[in-house]
Amino acid sequence: MKTLGKLPHWAELVLLPLVNLVAALVLSGVVVKILGESPWAAGKLLLAGSLGTQEGIGYTLYYATNFMFTGLAVAVAFHAGLFNIGGEGQAYIGGLGTGLVALWLGARAPFLLVLPVAVIAGAVFGAAWAFIPAWLQARRGSHIVITTIMFNFIAAALMTYLLVNVLIRPGQQSPETREFGAGAFMPLASEMLAKAGISFSASPLNFAFLLALGAAALVWVLVWRTRWGYALRVAGQNQAAAVYAGISPSRITVQSMLLSGALAGCLGLNELLGSQHRILVDFPGGAGFVGIAVALMGRNHPFGIFLAAVLFGALAQGGSQLSFDMPKINRDMVVVIQGLVILFCGALENVFRSPLAAVLAWFAKKPEAAD
Amino acid sequence: MVREKTGGGRLTVETYTIIVLLLAATIRVATPLVLAALAGMFSERSGVVALGLEGMILGAAFASAAVAAVTGSAWLGLGAGIATAVALALLLGFATVTHRGNQVVAAMAVNIMVAGLGPTLGMAWFNLGGQTPQLDQPAQRFLGLMGPWAATAREHPLPGLLYAELLSGHNLIVYLAAVLVPLSAWVLYRTRFGLRLRAVGENPLAVDTAGISVNALRYQAVVICGALCGVAGTYLSTAASAGFTRDMTAGKGYLALAALIFGKWKPFPTLGACLLFAFTDALASRLQGVALPIVGVIPVQFILALPYVLTVLLLAGFVGKATAPAAIGVPYSKEN
Repeated sequence: MKTLGKLPHWAELVLLPLVNLVAALVLSGVVVKILGESPWAAGKLLLAGSLGTQEGIGYTLYYATNFMFTGLAVAVAFHAGLFNIGGEGQAYIGGLGTGLVALWLGARAPFLLVLPVAVIAGAVFGAAWAFIPAWLQARRGSHIVITTIMFNFIAAALMTYLLVNVLIRPGQQSPETREFGAGAFMPLASEMLAKAGISFSASPLNFAFLLALGAAALVWVLVWRTRWGYALRVAGQNQAAAVYAGISPSRITVQSMLLSGALAGCLGLNELLGSQHRILVDFPGGAGFVGIAVALMGRNHPFGIFLAAVLFGALAQGGSQLSFDMPKINRDMVVVIQGLVILFCGALENVFRSPLAAVLAWFAKKPEAAD
Repeated sequence: MVREKTGGGRLTVETYTIIVLLLAATIRVATPLVLAALAGMFSERSGVVALGLEGMILGAAFASAAVAAVTGSAWLGLGAGIATAVALALLLGFATVTHRGNQVVAAMAVNIMVAGLGPTLGMAWFNLGGQTPQLDQPAQRFLGLMGPWAATAREHPLPGLLYAELLSGHNLIVYLAAVLVPLSAWVLYRTRFGLRLRAVGENPLAVDTAGISVNALRYQAVVICGALCGVAGTYLSTAASAGFTRDMTAGKGYLALAALIFGKWKPFPTLGACLLFAFTDALASRLQGVALPIVGVIPVQFILALPYVLTVLLLAGFVGKATAPAAIGVPYSKEN
C-alpha cells in the first residue's frame, strides 16, 4: 500500500484541484472525440460562448448564482459530516415559498418590501424540506443520502401536482403560474449598471448575484468565525470528540441541514424573481446536483465555491451554445463533465496526490543538490 | 367493481383474477429491485457503500438496449449490459478500494456521469433525442416464456390462472432473479468466500491478519455487484420496456438500497422488502383513476410518489433500527 503524500498548503488548495480539473476536462475531451467532434473546436466554442461576449459573461454569472446557493448548501452539510444530495428538492420547494410571496405581494408592494419576505420564505421552505431527512438521520439513523434523494423525487411529484392542479394560471395548458407583479422583479444587472453610467449587454444576471456573494460571506463567518461553526466542524470531523466537548452531534445534524436547506432554498430568488417571473415545472434544472460538484471543486470553502460556481456557470452557458453549433452534442454533455469533475475532484483526489508530492519534493530538493 | 346479488360466484372469480394479476405485476416490478438489492448486498457486506447501484443499472440499461438494437440479439445486449456495469463497478473499486476515495462521493459521481453519458451517446449514435431505437424484433428482447399448457390452463380459473399468470409467462430474467436469492444466501452463509466477505465488512483487520487480501475480496464483491446490476439494467430496457429512455431507472437503485437496509442486509428479508415495494407499486398503478371511498380519485402524482414515500417510511425504521456492516464506508489501509 502506498503512503499518501503530504502536500504543502497552497498545493492542497490550488494545485491539486487544478490538476484534477484538468484530468476531468481531458477525459471530457475524449468523450467529445468519441462523439465524433473535435475536442479543440468544442473547447473553443465553450469558451467563446461563455466568456467571449458581455452577454455570455452575464449568462455565466447568472448560472453561477444558482450554483453558489446550491454549492454553499452542500458545503455547509459537508462540514457537519453530512452529504446533502437533496439540494435539488430543497431548491424546488424553497422556490415555491419565494414564488408564493411574489404572487401574493408582487403587484401590491414595492420591491424593497417584497425582497426580504421572499428571501425569508425561500429559506424557510427550503429548510423545512431539509428538516425531515435531518431529523430522521439524527433520531433514527436513517441514511441521509437516500432520504434526501427520495425527498427530491417527492418534491418533484408535489410540485407537478401543485402546478398542474392548484397554481396553474386558469385557461392555460402549460403547468406554470401567472406572472409575478412587477414589485417582485429582481433588478437586472444591465439596468443597475446603466444607472451607474456603465453600459452592459442585456442578460438575466441580476441582483441575486450579490445576494449569493452575501450568502457566501455569511457562510464563511458562520462556519469559521463563530462558536456554532466550530461545533459544526468538530462534529463533522469526529463525533466522539464532539460528544466529549459537550457538543450534541444530532443537534448539529439538524441545525446544519436547516442552514443547508435554507441556502438551497434561495435559488428561486435568482431563477424565479430574477429571470422566469413565474413558478414553472423543474425550474432548478439540476442545479442541486451541480452544487455537489461545485462544493467538491471549491474545497467546501466559500471563496473556492465562488470560483467553482463561475466555472460551472461557464460550462452551463457554453454547453448550451455548444449544443446549438454541434448537432451531435446535446446539453447532457455538461452533465457528463459535472460527473467527471465530481469523480476526479471528489473520489479520485488521492490518485494525483502522491505523484504531485513526489514532483514537488523533487523541485524542493533541487537547489540543495546544486550547491 | 359491480356488485351483483345473483352473481356471487362471478364476483369471487373476478376478485380472484384481479389478485392474481396484481401479484403477477408485483413479480415483474420486483425483479430489477431484487437483482439490484442482491448486488448491493454483496457490495455492502464487503464494506463498500452501494450508492452506485443507480448509475450501474442505468449504464447497463443503455448499453444492453443499444447493443440489442444494433446486433438484433438480446443475449449480446445482456453481455454488453453486464460488461458496462462491471466496468463502472471496477471504476468505483479503483476510486474507493485502491485509492481510498470517499465512497459516497464516488458513487454519486458515477450516477451523475452515467445519467449524462447515456443520452449523450444515444444522441450521437442514434439521433433519437437521447433514446435508443425501439426494439421491435422478438429476438432483441427478453419476452415472457409461456409454460407448457399455459393457454389451456387459463381456461380453468382456480389453479389454472395461478399457473398461467403467476408461475408461467414471465421472462427468463425473472426466473433468474428468483433463483439468485437462495443462491446468494447459500454463497453468503455456506461458502468460504461468503464467510470472508461478511468478515471483511465487519472487521477487515482480522481478515488481513489471517493473510487474506482485503482489497481483493472487496474487488470481487464489487464485480459481483456490477454483474447483477448489469442484469437488472438489461431487464429494464430489453424486458420490461423496448428500449432505453432518459433516467429510466427513476431511483430504483436507491429503492433497492433502501430495501437492502430494511432487509437488514440479509437475502430473504431483503427479498420481502423488494416484494413489498413492488406490491405497493403494482397496487398504485391499478388505483390510477379509480375512485376510492372517502378520498376519491388519488392524483396521479401522489401515486407515482408512493414508492419514494414508502422508502422514507421504511428507512425511518418503524420496525427497529438496522445495523449496517461495521466497516461500511471505511477505506482499509494497513498502516492505521
